[in-house]
Amino acid sequence: MSELRRTPLYGLHVELGARMVPFAGYEMPVQYPLGVMREHLACRSGAGLFDVSHMGQIVVTHRGGAAAAAAGLETLVPQDVIGLKDGRQRYGLFTAPNGGILDDLMIARRTDDLFLVVNAACKTADLAHLRHGLPDCDVRMLDRALLALQGPLAEDVLEAVAPGAAAMRFMDVARLESDFGTLWVSRSGYTGEDGYEISVAAEAAERLARALLKAEGVEPVGLGARDSLRLEAGLCLYGHDLDESTSPVEGNVLWAVQKVRRSGGDRAGGFPGAERVLREIDGQPSRLRVGLVPEGRAPMREGVELFDGDRAVGRITSGGFGPSVERPIAMGYVDIDRAGIGTKLEGSLRGRRLPVDVVQMPFRPATYKR
Amino acid sequence: MKFTEQHEWLRPEDDEENVVTVGITEHAAEQLGDIVFVELPDEGRTVAKEDEIVVIESVKAASEILAPVDGEIVEVNPALEDNPALVNEDPLGAGWFFRLRVEDMSALDEFMDEAAYKKFI
Repeated sequence: MSELRRTPLYGLHVELGARMVPFAGYEMPVQYPLGVMREHLACRSGAGLFDVSHMGQIVVTHRGGAAAAAAGLETLVPQDVIGLKDGRQRYGLFTAPNGGILDDLMIARRTDDLFLVVNAACKTADLAHLRHGLPDCDVRMLDRALLALQGPLAEDVLEAVAPGAAAMRFMDVARLESDFGTLWVSRSGYTGEDGYEISVAAEAAERLARALLKAEGVEPVGLGARDSLRLEAGLCLYGHDLDESTSPVEGNVLWAVQKVRRSGGDRAGGFPGAERVLREIDGQPSRLRVGLVPEGRAPMREGVELFDGDRAVGRITSGGFGPSVERPIAMGYVDIDRAGIGTKLEGSLRGRRLPVDVVQMPFRPATYKR
Repeated sequence: MKFTEQHEWLRPEDDEENVVTVGITEHAAEQLGDIVFVELPDEGRTVAKEDEIVVIESVKAASEILAPVDGEIVEVNPALEDNPALVNEDPLGAGWFFRLRVEDMSALDEFMDEAAYKKFI
């Protein structure tokens, strides 16, 4: 086992009393003294500050400019990158030749390059994949820190530190000047809340984090509440809800595949696994990721098998308790003929079959500023 | 009051012979975090030492509590169904899990007293 890495905020986490755990090769805060429940609720009512510096920040440049880099990236993802405007970001997927998903990521189009944010556990593989797939591009992993400020107070708090933040819309990206150097800001996140992800030079990260935490109503939030927040928002956790065996169609992330890359589009296909993905779009997949609500109070977590009578119809891939919805919630894959909203299934929990319903996601509506 | 290495406490009842009340310690409740669901055994069930008899769910994860000794479940805490947070708020009092009728009270002798438990954690 190789040694765990630390983010530039490690010292601050320890000072704040965080419980540190190994996660994707890093020592990360799973919770602070406030606890998962209150951290979750603080993010929904005020603002939460998250250290996501373990994630990979990658810049892709091409001597032909950002448009050429975008054309290159389209050979690896089923997204419309060429049509992504300067200053905008969108959710993307690296697909595998079998149509599975290698990772999910954020793709930002900037004036001179593309800026990608990828999952920590996949970042080394993603970097190699990009370099192999885009031989004409320069692909660099940055050692900047990444903070997420999420919640209804995020706009006012960040505007005070980095003027210009409030004028941004959901999925805008911008370089904003601050006392902490130039911040690369996107109005996005992974909690279902309005908020920002902020890339900052590693040496300025702790000062920035302290300044944001000083604002009234901002609490540090660990990985525990990050998970319950994204689950309530119906967002996928790579490696659990999406992986190399799940296609974008099965994974119910088809909204992220723009029309121009689908059958009949001007740039249909042309990404790894396109044959399967387009076939599933034009027909239907054999299974689908759905939202699930256990009828009782007992949470159903990853691995719980789902049944319709004697027939095994699927499995939960993420589940737990939703502090804001105040009930257990889950998502999982079920056979396509059992994926309809309102379908009543049973989950096998510690040898007992308990009722669970297929429901619409998100469990809690998002509050993005569009 | 006795304490196990699994962070349970056992309190012999004054008014009922051979009955012990069982819960988890403050230390355990704090480690588990905010508890959102407790699954208790059926009253009347006969349990063997180290049977998994209680499931505690926090926001993050599920944990199991083992029967500390052989016995029969004579009562479970009805308040935990509606208010599992009692385990966090008052682990040594209102957050108790179950009462166990123990045939041989000397089975408790192997467990720690409070001073030994404090040293243990």
